[in-house]
Amino acid sequence: MIFDYETLKFIWWVLVGVLLIGFAVTDGMDMGVGALLPFLGKNDEERRVIINTIGPHWDGNQVWLITAGGAIFAAWPLVYASAFSGFYFAMLLALFALFLRPVGFDYRSKIADPRWRSAWDWGLFVGGVVPALVFGVAFGNLLLGVPFHLDDMLRPFYTGSFIALFHPFALIAGIVSVAMLTTQGAIWLQLRTADPISSRAKLWAKRAGLATIAAFALAGIWLSLGIEGFRVASMPPLGATPNPLAKEVTHEASAWLANYRDYPWTLLFPALGFVGMGLAIRASLADRPGLGLVASSLGLTGIIVTAGAAMFPFILPSSTQPNSSLIVWDAVSSHLTLTIMFWAAAIFVPLILAYTTWTYAKMWRRVTVEEIREQDHLAY
Amino acid sequence: MLDSSMIELSRWQFASTAMYHFLFVPLTLGLSWILVIMESVYVMTGREIYRDMTKFWGKLFGINFALGVTTGLTMEFQFGTNWSYYSHYVGDVFGAPLAIEGLMAFFLESTFIGLFFLGWERLTKRQHLAVTFLMAFGSNLSALWILVANGWMQNPVGAEFSYETMRMEMVSFWEVVMNPVAQVKFVHTVAAGYVTGAMFVLGISSWYMLKGRDLPFAKRSFSVAVGFGLASILSVILLGDESGYEVGDVQRVKLAAIEAEWHTEPAPAAFTIYGIPDNEAEETQDAIKVPWLLGLIATRSLDTEVKGLKDLMREHEARIRSGMIAYSYLERLRGGEKTPENIAAFEAHKADLGYGLLLKRYTENPAAATEEQIRMAVKDSIPEVAPLFWTFRIMVGAGVWMLLLIVLGFYYNAKRVIQNQRWLLRLFLFSIPVPWIAAETGWFVAEFGRQPWAIGEVLPTSIAASSLTANDLIISLSGFILFYTILFIIEMYLMFKFARLGPSSLHTGRYHHECETGHAGGMTPATAPHQQAD
Repeated sequence: MIFDYETLKFIWWVLVGVLLIGFAVTDGMDMGVGALLPFLGKNDEERRVIINTIGPHWDGNQVWLITAGGAIFAAWPLVYASAFSGFYFAMLLALFALFLRPVGFDYRSKIADPRWRSAWDWGLFVGGVVPALVFGVAFGNLLLGVPFHLDDMLRPFYTGSFIALFHPFALIAGIVSVAMLTTQGAIWLQLRTADPISSRAKLWAKRAGLATIAAFALAGIWLSLGIEGFRVASMPPLGATPNPLAKEVTHEASAWLANYRDYPWTLLFPALGFVGMGLAIRASLADRPGLGLVASSLGLTGIIVTAGAAMFPFILPSSTQPNSSLIVWDAVSSHLTLTIMFWAAAIFVPLILAYTTWTYAKMWRRVTVEEIREQDHLAY
Repeated sequence: MLDSSMIELSRWQFASTAMYHFLFVPLTLGLSWILVIMESVYVMTGREIYRDMTKFWGKLFGINFALGVTTGLTMEFQFGTNWSYYSHYVGDVFGAPLAIEGLMAFFLESTFIGLFFLGWERLTKRQHLAVTFLMAFGSNLSALWILVANGWMQNPVGAEFSYETMRMEMVSFWEVVMNPVAQVKFVHTVAAGYVTGAMFVLGISSWYMLKGRDLPFAKRSFSVAVGFGLASILSVILLGDESGYEVGDVQRVKLAAIEAEWHTEPAPAAFTIYGIPDNEAEETQDAIKVPWLLGLIATRSLDTEVKGLKDLMREHEARIRSGMIAYSYLERLRGGEKTPENIAAFEAHKADLGYGLLLKRYTENPAAATEEQIRMAVKDSIPEVAPLFWTFRIMVGAGVWMLLLIVLGFYYNAKRVIQNQRWLLRLFLFSIPVPWIAAETGWFVAEFGRQPWAIGEVLPTSIAASSLTANDLIISLSGFILFYTILFIIEMYLMFKFARLGPSSLHTGRYHHECETGHAGGMTPATAPHQQAD
């Protein structure tokens, strides 16, 4: 074990972040493509073009989501347990919407009936928008604090309701999420399709990019003015055996800004969010979608880390019993498990990036209506 | 105490979604290797028909795979949504193989499957074969890690309970991976998947032969599948997972329950071919027994005894009483009285803590359980015998039936007269569901036979669930039933449609339906059958 427990706990916070960003950049892009599908594709062939830009990749991309889920289970078991069971119906809503994607991609073009195809197009739309919205709303609720507590045997109890999740602030977080993933999807389509789809995608990249910036700014203002954060008042040493009931947490105004006050360099994250998205729009408008995709990937990385850094070390703050809050130092797995998982991630994430890059390189082209006509029975 | 109807419904939801998921998994496991074999022949010989075979069976593979992915998502979510105490209690051990499965296997499988379908025009022959191989390899590797996780539920080795973190913690990853139950299960499960893939190709190819269409295509597909199927069915039967029944109490109980063996018999035990097991009376009525057979199957020896359920329950009672002591010390330790005496006393009884927790179904405080509550917990400490007894026999029957069919198929295929054996082809066609019956009953035996435990001897199912209400479960379960039914209808419709179309669905202009005009079944008809140039 080359890392002490304290360091590994922090590394795992970073690694979960990496997996979530990996999910947003790749699968989030596919969700954005799904969200745009009914609006950018004016007829069946155009919609097939759009679907086939991500046809070879959506399945691999989706594994970022699955692996992020698995990693949270393994590294933060109590977070996985409390969040998934607490947000029960929200999670099921996301899950049922996600159902529509694998079958949508694979089954849509297997039958020529226009009603069948149009039904799946809307299925892919729902499968893109709804999970993006739910994940954003869930993030918003983390910032608001979640009504849950642990009993002395560490069983989580959730005392909120499904409807209460849709607090206006959480909805803005949901809009940030949908808008940023739509931006990512739009720039991808601008890059990988030809006109007229490409120029429509450019228009949507601008709209969604501006919406992202506006919603992100609004969420930031609201967070600094109107939302109480949480602060750890006292806790056992960082490297101690995890015990989520051993600390004291207070609920106080502008506590979510404390990290930005104490470590001003972390303001680079929100800056990256704004600059990345702004640059993405500029690059897209200047017909440089390749650069735009890099910029929007950096932008959404900035946005995700902004929320994470504001909350650090909190992962799942409890609004009803703040001492039950789950934080980076006490909601984690054992030293051994974190070590093994660290090595698994250290070996396989680079490997995954390598072969994923190969598949993108091999399939790199602008997908055209002509190609779809030629490969009618092979393409999605 | 958790609401018992909520727990029942949670179990129904998990069981039905997991078994539904496993309708699609075995075909993926098996058919992917069949695709590798077909494409290897294509790359080595350059004969187009093998490429068409890869593409056509690949189409059916894809229809199945889409639902495998869809229903797999549920599995990833529902430990957390519905089994949150489980997730907390064993996540330190159980989560790791799941996360590693994602990193090591699922990424591999899913990244390359897209290129398998859409990369034909953009990859060289060898590259595409490599892609197909990696996809098959990834899906099988994925099964390995899932079964490491599942094997740990049956026989939780390499981990210890910590009173400080109130959960099981990993002490040896190596032991978790090399868990004999997991290893045996892996071999048995993937081999059963291979049989499923083989039976699927055999059944559909038989139908083409019965119809007298696309004969070269059908015969070659049959040949590949029958050889692969023979090796696989022999592996499933010879490497059945009984050998894993020797380790761990859960496995011993399961074995006795499968055999409805209430009393320990002198070795080697007899095998009950037929009987009516009765959990209340703790006996099996009208049993017909074959001497020696159980001892041989279960222990592979003539002098190791198979313990009967009544003796196992007597052991359980002692362990429940010890578990009550463990629980009372656990409460003291959790309350902060961490004296060396309390720690020593807890450690002495720790191994039985799970048995103490069985009482949680009847009382908030197991340390003060009444004799009546202990009696009920002992009763609960074995699963319902009759369903296990019967599902096991159905599984074995299905396995033997497939062995017979595949041996006959292999024989006639080797003599090159398979297309004349219409009776056998018909049997193959109608036996397409049989591997699924075997797989589902097999999983039922494995998981229902694990009851009352979520994690064998560690965590009872009755406390593993989330703190939800029965109403929550009614809504979610209805949602799953609705969604899964619609998806199943769509999947079957497409599967039938493309199986009927056969290789004509590739629109190469070389196959049966393409000789008739306008018979392309909803697809745009191939306008100009073009000869492939490679």
